[in-house]
Amino acid sequence: MIYREAGQFKSSYASDQAVFPIRQDRVMALIALAAAVVAVPLVASEYWLQAVLIPFLIYSLAALGLNLLTGYAGQVSLGTGGFMAVGAYSAFKITSAFPGLPIVAVFVLAGVVAALVGVLFGIPSLRIKGFYLAVATLAAQFFLLWLFNKVAWFTDYASSGTITAPPRTVLGVMVTGPEATAPARYLTALILVGLFAVIAKNLVRGRVGRSWMAIRDRDIAAEIIGVRPLRTKLLAFAISSFYCGVAGAEYVFLYLGSAETLAFDINVSFLVLFMVIIGGLGSILGSFLGSAFIVMVPIFLTNVPHLLGVAMPVALQKQIELMVFGGLIIVFLIVEPNGLARLWQIAKEKLRLWPFPY
Amino acid sequence: MTLRRVMIVLLAASVIALPLAGAAWAQAKEMFVPSTVYRTGPYAPSGTPFANGLWDYLTMINERDGGVNGVRLVVEECETQYDTKQGVECYERLKGKNGGAMVFNPLSTGITYQLIPKAAVDKIVVHSMGYGMTAASDGRWFPWVFTFPTTYWSQASSVIRYIGQQEGGLDKLKGKKIVHIYHNSPYGKEANPTLEELAHKYGFELTLLAVDHPGQEQKATWLQVRRINPNWIYMSGWGVMNQVAVKEAAAVNFPMDHFIGNWWSASEADVIPAGDGAKGYKGATFHAPGANFKVHTDIVKFVYDKGKNIGPKDKIGEALYNRGVVNAMYLTEAFRTAMAKFGNKPLTTEQVRWGYEHLSLTEARLDQIGLKGFTHPVKVTCEDHEGSGPVLIQQWDGQKWNIVSDWIQPMKEVVRPKLELAAAEEGKKLGYTIRDCSKEN
Repeated sequence: MIYREAGQFKSSYASDQAVFPIRQDRVMALIALAAAVVAVPLVASEYWLQAVLIPFLIYSLAALGLNLLTGYAGQVSLGTGGFMAVGAYSAFKITSAFPGLPIVAVFVLAGVVAALVGVLFGIPSLRIKGFYLAVATLAAQFFLLWLFNKVAWFTDYASSGTITAPPRTVLGVMVTGPEATAPARYLTALILVGLFAVIAKNLVRGRVGRSWMAIRDRDIAAEIIGVRPLRTKLLAFAISSFYCGVAGAEYVFLYLGSAETLAFDINVSFLVLFMVIIGGLGSILGSFLGSAFIVMVPIFLTNVPHLLGVAMPVALQKQIELMVFGGLIIVFLIVEPNGLARLWQIAKEKLRLWPFPY
Repeated sequence: MTLRRVMIVLLAASVIALPLAGAAWAQAKEMFVPSTVYRTGPYAPSGTPFANGLWDYLTMINERDGGVNGVRLVVEECETQYDTKQGVECYERLKGKNGGAMVFNPLSTGITYQLIPKAAVDKIVVHSMGYGMTAASDGRWFPWVFTFPTTYWSQASSVIRYIGQQEGGLDKLKGKKIVHIYHNSPYGKEANPTLEELAHKYGFELTLLAVDHPGQEQKATWLQVRRINPNWIYMSGWGVMNQVAVKEAAAVNFPMDHFIGNWWSASEADVIPAGDGAKGYKGATFHAPGANFKVHTDIVKFVYDKGKNIGPKDKIGEALYNRGVVNAMYLTEAFRTAMAKFGNKPLTTEQVRWGYEHLSLTEARLDQIGLKGFTHPVKVTCEDHEGSGPVLIQQWDGQKWNIVSDWIQPMKEVVRPKLELAAAEEGKKLGYTIRDCSKEN
């Protein structure tokens, strides 16, 4: 019905290799994008933009970064929060040192700094694997936060140790600082995450992505066919940390406005890891679905009693929310261990064969 | 396979059902007061009694007087777990609800830092009562932020003055060793610059020891304390960190009467777990402990006897419960101040701000509202949103808190110049300009 592909012939390599080879998918993706760019800022309330959609986009970017590392290259990392903190603190330092620099360039530079730090902490991955690597990256998490907390230079000697996003504009529109409107912040985050998602998609389809997957699936075999583990793994750490760094910078500049190291504590690393696992390891779409699940379901559950008009003590409500949320995670993992992206994939396969799916 | 199919359908349904409509709000003689609380998580021991006190006082005003001068207060709680992200979610959800939030009392320095820039844009008062950003106490730079009755910086200077009194004069502080154990967050760090300045001025040896969130692990900190063997310990802790610290201090046999917590580190929940070991532990405060004030009788009569309470009756009068009461009292009195000028009707947020800025709470007024001797009079001005209130020292006798000092004045000559410098610095970061107070009415 929806997916009637009759008459869609692929007569060139380009059309065969397209990101969305089916026309219906292309159309749907374009509609979704148009809705996200045009309709959402017009329709959504400030609460939706500021408390739901902006964190969703930023976490998506971080999940995308971790998915490249863990899902595609097979290197487990618990240092996401630390790398995000590197991005946030270096963006703060860069923009206070060069106030004239465009803020998007600041984000990218912050990502580059995070990438360098990521490479540094990726070096142990050459020798250690699996859970042991997770523990090694955990060291990055704790060391980096300790560093930002301890060395006052990173916060420009603010007595409270808090970094604050200064007012900055893009094309004359205020996007950071207290005066920036929610739609402006949202669009900045959306454009950045969209751009980086396209880059990531093309990375994983190309030589780099294939070498990552080769390393993930069997590193010795990959080495024999000519994939260099050193270069491949460090590249994965660099690109992953770059994404996390940009996400961290956005986290402070577009979402929170000001932050302390606690905003990047170990829980953030776990959250992003859960997003990747629940969304689907080794899937770009999965990063978005996982982020949506982790960000939106608790907020949805918080709002349920209000919608139903049930007056409930807030403590009880919070506890129920935690229990339901935890239960949902378990249910999803039992029903579909390969993540939400896999559910979508199955649904799509069935839709393509509909009305005779098997 | 079927279960999987169900999941797909559920997923699709949730995508469609997610956008939610906002609730309609009818125009009435009401003002909305959101209350960001934390009744769960590692900070619940501190957050719960405060939330109960605030809730009970505001409910009592509604039940006894029909609201503030006839304008009912609509109070709604929002759980933050002391987490800044959840605090921001609460703020965004509640700021426009029920006709618009009048004031936020975040009860978290981290959340206060988030709200200071946002609330000024939304024109909502942030009253961070004795917490938050000390630099925001300069009303010329931060018109929407209030920190009265006093701040961390003033408190630290008062505590040093108290230590000086105990040692027989501030000049006796020379060569003494004082340790500041603090929660490693913007909150805990607040007092450090003042303490450093005072250490320089009076020649005592200051050591700063950080305890990481949430504060359950302090072995290393107390090893250092034993090595330093300080004369006095001052602590800025919160939540579960406090009770762990008090227990550790008792375990290393530190003289408890030389261990002073700040006003967020001296409640029942902090000392009871340590048992007899906590006897003698001191803490700062700016109001009296206990439930023997007229206001508490009214709370029991109008809230608990009517079953409108959230917390248990036997916790009335705990240190942090009374802190919630005093916070709610400042709120209603600020509303009253504004109503005296603008009339007894629901106020706009600008009018509420005016009320906070012109709040002048006298002994006589405290007596009228059933809080005689409960707290110190406060006067807020356009320049001074702090009020520079004095501090009391209370001591735990194993059963209850007792006030053991007179009102100790802060060292305004040390704090205020630093505060003005910091306010200019923080204000400029946000692109603010200084306000001319002589043009305010």
